[in-house]
Amino acid sequence: MSLMNSMANIRIIARLDVKGPNLVKGVQLEGLRKLGDPNAFAKKYYEQGIDEIIYIDIVASLYERNSLVDIVKRATGDVFIPITVGGGIRSVDDVREILRAGADKVAINTAAIKNPALITEVSKKFGSQCMVLSIQAKQTGPGKWEVYYDNGREKTGLDVVEWAQKGVELGAGEILLTSVDREGTAKGFDTELIKAVSGSVTIPVIAGGGAGSPDDIVQAVKIGKADAVAVAHILHYNKYSMDNIRQAVVEAGINTRRIV
Amino acid sequence: MKTIVIADYGIGNILSVVRAFEYHHANVKVTDSPSDIANACTLVLPGVGAFGDGMKGLRNKGLIEPILEHCLKGKPFLGICLGMQMMLDASEEFETNLGLGIIHGEVKIIPDTGINGTHHKIPHIGWNSLSPSETSNWNGTILDNIEHGAFVYFVHSFTAVPANTQNRLADCFYNGRIISAAIQNNNIYGCQFHPEKSGRVGLQIIKNFINLS
Repeated sequence: MSLMNSMANIRIIARLDVKGPNLVKGVQLEGLRKLGDPNAFAKKYYEQGIDEIIYIDIVASLYERNSLVDIVKRATGDVFIPITVGGGIRSVDDVREILRAGADKVAINTAAIKNPALITEVSKKFGSQCMVLSIQAKQTGPGKWEVYYDNGREKTGLDVVEWAQKGVELGAGEILLTSVDREGTAKGFDTELIKAVSGSVTIPVIAGGGAGSPDDIVQAVKIGKADAVAVAHILHYNKYSMDNIRQAVVEAGINTRRIV
Repeated sequence: MKTIVIADYGIGNILSVVRAFEYHHANVKVTDSPSDIANACTLVLPGVGAFGDGMKGLRNKGLIEPILEHCLKGKPFLGICLGMQMMLDASEEFETNLGLGIIHGEVKIIPDTGINGTHHKIPHIGWNSLSPSETSNWNGTILDNIEHGAFVYFVHSFTAVPANTQNRLADCFYNGRIISAAIQNNNIYGCQFHPEKSGRVGLQIIKNFINLS
């Protein structure tokens, strides 16, 4: 290993969708199944060497509440890696509360669409590194994707690439890009979508939606140029372990964190 | 059991820093009181966000004097991320802002291209490996027993450039660009990475720091 040639190391992130006290998983963000205590999963993935954890409260923006504060507070005793929290975050006060609870970053989707100035407020107040713009993308034609919210139910008319670029201008530090079409299908990432966004912004892009095998992750990085990948299905259902994933990524010649 | 005093000046996620010390059964006191900080044996200055805001937070709480005094006495000190950057003389973030001047040098933006001219993303976010700088020896420091090349978690757009290379304890490389990962002057340390977010390696670094006191 050459230390002189350290390119950015690709991050492998576990995405935990939460409804009330439970980890849930759906297909294309619908048809939810309860899987258990989200912190038990977070702790397991941490011990297996996951690089980061993302918690998303998937009903918060529908019911205008957030059940993640307590979950995150408990997680900080067991999980010593970066934690991102999303779902139902609407104001600078919401961000402050969730950061005080132990989150490092917030992922904002609906509120950023309704009030783009929030992106700037959050990044000025807490630093751009903690302002993750979450984008739900649905394909509308060849090379075209539209921004959605409320778990892919509501359309906005916004073009995904243009919205991502606007987000960077407004002060976002990262983009969490989820393909609504692929989410929960385990059919692989929408690499064209990832490539379109990653190639048009200067900040890191976390690709999500569709990982079904370690090879899918390799494709997201090699073809899509993702800076990080968010996975759920393949870990939650024990289809592959972190070791399997890490090994496949390393064998593909991709730089990633080495667990000592 | 010694108490670890953590300065709280209203910025960022302090709970994770507290939990990392508690993991090693340390007594932790989170405070914004100048007298508590003046009386601290072991002091931690965490922080994320903008340099100017961080210095303003310290100034408004009256914490600059007691922090400088603590360091002058040579008592154990650890600045994390923005807390490390504020240890330098000044930063060019937004406009030039004066820092604490505990370790001489400046804080500069990471160039958005690598040494070979290829573009890379800023902020520098993610796991990167620690290597000793030319003059450093990790024995007896907070990096004692840490393997060369061990990975820790970074998230930042600016990097400290110490005037004296003797103060560089560890570096990392981003597309060939050198980044000051850890700095040291005797018992006074700064980490650009987040030890509290760096898994087992980070927890070991926290433990090493506790053991200095």
